[in-house]
Amino acid sequence: MANQLALIQNETLKVWKKKRFAVIVLILLVLVPVFVYAQLKIAENNKDKFTDWRAELRQRIIDNTNALSSDRVPEEWKKWRVALVQQLQYDLDHDVNPNTPNAVTFTNSFLRNAVGMFIPLMVLAVASDLVSSERSTGTIKMLLTRPVRRWRILFSKLVTLTLYVSLIIVATAAVSYLVSGLVFGYEGWREPVFVGFRLAGSDIDTADVHAITQGAYLLMLMGLVWFSAMVVAILAFMVSVLVRSTAASLVTMMAAVISGAILSNMASSWHSAKYLFNVNLDLTVYLQGSPPPIDGMTLGFSLAVLGVWAIAALVVSFAVFTKQDILN
Amino acid sequence: MEQAQEREGRPSRRQAFQPGRPSGKTQGDVVLSVERVSKSIGRKPIIRDISFDVRAGEIFGFLGPNGSGKTTTIRMLVDLIKPTGGRISVCGEDVNRSPERALRHVGCIVENPEMYSYMTGWENLAHFARMQPDIPEARIEEVVDIVGLDARIHDKVKTYSLGMRQRLGIAQALLGSPKLLILDEPTNGLDPKGIKELRAFIRELADGGMSVFVSSHLLSEIQLMCDRVAIIGQGRVIAVGKVEELVAQAETYTLWLVSDPERAEALLREHPDARVVGEDEHRIDESLLAAMPGAIVTSMEPDAVPGWVERFVAAGIGVQAVHRASPSLEELFLKLTEGERLG
Repeated sequence: MANQLALIQNETLKVWKKKRFAVIVLILLVLVPVFVYAQLKIAENNKDKFTDWRAELRQRIIDNTNALSSDRVPEEWKKWRVALVQQLQYDLDHDVNPNTPNAVTFTNSFLRNAVGMFIPLMVLAVASDLVSSERSTGTIKMLLTRPVRRWRILFSKLVTLTLYVSLIIVATAAVSYLVSGLVFGYEGWREPVFVGFRLAGSDIDTADVHAITQGAYLLMLMGLVWFSAMVVAILAFMVSVLVRSTAASLVTMMAAVISGAILSNMASSWHSAKYLFNVNLDLTVYLQGSPPPIDGMTLGFSLAVLGVWAIAALVVSFAVFTKQDILN
Repeated sequence: MEQAQEREGRPSRRQAFQPGRPSGKTQGDVVLSVERVSKSIGRKPIIRDISFDVRAGEIFGFLGPNGSGKTTTIRMLVDLIKPTGGRISVCGEDVNRSPERALRHVGCIVENPEMYSYMTGWENLAHFARMQPDIPEARIEEVVDIVGLDARIHDKVKTYSLGMRQRLGIAQALLGSPKLLILDEPTNGLDPKGIKELRAFIRELADGGMSVFVSSHLLSEIQLMCDRVAIIGQGRVIAVGKVEELVAQAETYTLWLVSDPERAEALLREHPDARVVGEDEHRIDESLLAAMPGAIVTSMEPDAVPGWVERFVAAGIGVQAVHRASPSLEELFLKLTEGERLG
């Protein structure tokens, strides 16, 4: 029985030799500087507006501290203000202008913006022809006539896919950190960022708000981005098993991802849309505390919906791949 | 099934040097057995109840026109398509139930030898070697050497010519030292020299004890290469047997090229021991007719030929050439299918 590791080595090698990952890194190297430049322009613009940022920070701290002693401010708002004051005080103490980005904050905001479209697109570059390319080039006839059970071949492709998705996330973060650091400096890992905001109806529930470092925040972001990227990858994997043409499988998945982005903006009153996988892809909204696309969606809910979609896709992929007749 | 003890005491490649190849060969043990296999796609039956065996060390031809179910059958042999009914086994292992064991004994090229064009020949072979147990690097070198690709093996496959891809495909098929080699239309796209080399190569492999299963729609190909043949048409096996035995069932023609065809033909029609065969009655290879333009095609016993030469000479008709044309497999095929249709 052929070694499963050897099969995974085969699949990994094939994706590598196809230079898919090289293309992805190249795209990152071209695009990230563009975003860095845009960020730089924003920072310069802010600098012009707020000439003395230290004075401004001090003023905000005073305003918020005053508000804390006021009886008219509800209790939960006070918590949030305490958190804010902490953050502002930290910035002041460490001589950090909050309006000046650094490499870590840039990476975080880049990841948040990339999760909906950019990362899925790069994942599709690997995932959508993982199986369909074997069929369209005819190599599947060689692959499946070797003494290996079909599910093992598909499994090795799945492991390879997981490896490359992880690599893509890490590469995206690494490239954006390294490139933006050239301009903004590589500091910023220990700066605090506040998480735990929860939307309860129209109010923000600040009960769980606490500060974590930007570094930890980056790790959490990467985890969430990884999860949603894996779901896109697995769905693309299924489409690539079902559809013979790579172009068709790519277009199908692109359409699904893009329609998710569109739906997120307009489906807030269509409640059952929250069970679609594509409106759940942006998991980072829960970390930022921004309102989810549809009422009633929480981090747990989105993870569960995405998980169910992924498992269903895997079941279909394996069932079809192990049974289907290779007719052409 | 037949003479299972053959395996130990197989006379090996010695047989190779016997000139009259298939007749002298003893029947080896069964390497590939196809029993009552059928396949329907939707409701449409594609393959209906076919059976045949391929024995050790023989070259087995699989002949049928396009659309006869040849490709479907080959794909079932290597587990690309699951049969609807029946059983296919290689060396006693069921191909569809335990492909990981049965396919260990099989090397194959289904249709074109498609390899990963973005990798080198060597990387392709290493890739497929990793899919089988215990194939050392030395074995890869060995198969590269066998197919004579040494010079270009580290080049990308996309730079290969069709002939080189074919060689690489064969190298891949040979990696696991299979007992059965399945080649689907192996001569497609090769030049005459390449075809000749391939034929000699296949014979060599068979002499080494490997069974080779060759499909073709080229009738002459099967005649030149195979020991036994199964003829398939409309999803059914029409006949299985030794090539020459099957060929003997069809008529042999005698072609006459004479100085005065009209008189010769009149003479031929007078005698009952010869029959003039009309133009649309026979299916002699056209290249043969082109070499003898205006020849009279007759059907007669071989013994009658010298008598006829004398008769023509006596009648003042010059005999320029006499040629015995064995029937082509196409003719045989038509004969067999005609019977089928009538029955």
